[in-house]
Amino acid sequence: MAAKLLIGIPSKGRLKDAAADLFARAGLSLRNKGHERRYRGGISGLDDVEVVYASAAEIVDQLRTGHVHLGVTGEDLVRETIGDVDGAVAFLKPLGFGHADVVVAVPDCWIDVVRMADLEDVAAQFAGVHGRRLRVATKYMNLTRRFFASHGVAGYRIVESAGATEATPAAGTAELIVDITTTGTTLRANHLKVLEDGLILRSQAHLFASRAAAWDRGAEKTRAAIVERLSRPSSSS
Amino acid sequence: MAAESAKEFEALEAQAATLLDTFRNAGYEQVAPAILQPADVFLDRIGEQIRSRTYVFTDLAGDELCLRPDLTVPVSRLYLERHPEARAEARYCYNGPAFRFQPQGDNRARPREFRQAGIECFGDLDKESADVEIVLLAVEAVRRAGLKDFELRFGDIAMFYALLDALALPERWRLKLMHYFWRPASFHALLSRLALGERPNGDAPVIAFAGALAGATQDRAEDRVAAYLEEQGLPLAGNRTLGEIAARVLDQAADSSAGPLRKEVAAVIDSYLAISGVPKTAAARVAALAKDAGIDLSPALASAARRFERLERSGIDLARATFATEFGRDLEYYSGLVFQIESPGLKDAIAGGGRYDGLLADLGAPREVPAIGSAIHTERLLAAVRGTS
Repeated sequence: MAAKLLIGIPSKGRLKDAAADLFARAGLSLRNKGHERRYRGGISGLDDVEVVYASAAEIVDQLRTGHVHLGVTGEDLVRETIGDVDGAVAFLKPLGFGHADVVVAVPDCWIDVVRMADLEDVAAQFAGVHGRRLRVATKYMNLTRRFFASHGVAGYRIVESAGATEATPAAGTAELIVDITTTGTTLRANHLKVLEDGLILRSQAHLFASRAAAWDRGAEKTRAAIVERLSRPSSSS
Repeated sequence: MAAESAKEFEALEAQAATLLDTFRNAGYEQVAPAILQPADVFLDRIGEQIRSRTYVFTDLAGDELCLRPDLTVPVSRLYLERHPEARAEARYCYNGPAFRFQPQGDNRARPREFRQAGIECFGDLDKESADVEIVLLAVEAVRRAGLKDFELRFGDIAMFYALLDALALPERWRLKLMHYFWRPASFHALLSRLALGERPNGDAPVIAFAGALAGATQDRAEDRVAAYLEEQGLPLAGNRTLGEIAARVLDQAADSSAGPLRKEVAAVIDSYLAISGVPKTAAARVAALAKDAGIDLSPALASAARRFERLERSGIDLARATFATEFGRDLEYYSGLVFQIESPGLKDAIAGGGRYDGLLADLGAPREVPAIGSAIHTERLLAAVRGTS
């Protein structure tokens, strides 16, 4: 008998609810099962699929290692965590939820700073006055490095921030931030502004396929079936 | 190297003994600075590009540490521990591991753990002599280790600064160009932007506001910026001060009222940075360029000529050397002569070095300390010796 196709689904929060809605609308109700019900489940109508519930970050890792065949998670996490994105996963389908922009934001009192090109000048000035580099608070270290390098900005250092990144400039633990924003409300409340060309990534949740997973013909067929069901125009749209 | 054999280890040890022996005979005291270093010092000095390749971690006490990616900074810190007043002259040598993450994976040509053997000379006020001494000693060391076929590449950061000084640029542009020198990828873009007179902030509202400040003093600019922030309801938050913001608004005001950088000046800078060749020829081309541009670079050129002459008299074959004006733009603490020893068969340099007069003050020395050093990548040296012998 062929092995089951494993699909990683977020185990909590808005991503979990949105994923459950989307699959239900496609006629693929997620269900929990048995004594492992918190971590494992199935999809009604697809007996050869097993659902693995995990955090969005864990799903990225499981996609990379091939522990799951498919996974629902955010593009931001995939691009941040995986070095060779195209070699590790395939983007099967954007899912229309989990929207978040990864942006570069600076205090809005920096009226002399509008674009990325200004940052290198500010970095030079800041190093001269304060004897150290500009600090960028973020949890997106790799996205930040790549984006800053592509804009020729080098005079900075990253301080890792696990939470409340938007508060770090006012608290004085960083000068600027790279963070996600959906409506911009949190940034504005913290007196931060997004640079004109400071959009690093317009992210949303995707259905990803792992290139490292064991794909047999059964798994490929199941994958095609899932993608096909998710791509059908649903009654609610 | 992580996967070294006992034989490989013995070969490296024997080579290190030769290198250290050469250094000690020349009067360099052997030191062994700590492998674990405070991360801050490196990260603030070396920048994100090396940071991204430095193994950084937090220990159980919450201190941010790193595995040294290089030995120059640790040896400089050791000098400052011994000589807090930073007046003493000191010569140190070392051999020990350094660590760098390799984005393409750990491999033989670029191992993530490698041994650097090197020399650092602090506090010698006769800079030209110290420059020559370090180059000669590095060359002698690789020769004694058995390297026969190699080429030298030179650069001179101070000559570029002399060029900018001589071009009589507005101070804000001179500082900008000095800073962007270390960003080769965006340097040319900046030069074109200045020459086109394109305002970096485009049509942002602050440009109109800045326009009104052209020619204003710093004090007046600060008052106006403070009033503007108040009026717009923008609280002054974070570590950047009103003075810093106002100073850049003033720069933008000056840029919007001044004409663009003259095209001829931009062309001189571009032409200068394209010069590369055998040292004498390259120096002659720099001299010709300066003459055409009507600027005086003679002190920098004379100093370079004296250095090359002394190297040649000491047996360095300059016909097989290159002087490239733009060489040395990747490590920001260099301030004068930079050089590397290359092997024709190897992509990466076997040894490198240069003058870094500003680094010790950055690390906390109460004054500027003339300093120059050189480090040999010992695994590469061994590979090159085996390839050529």
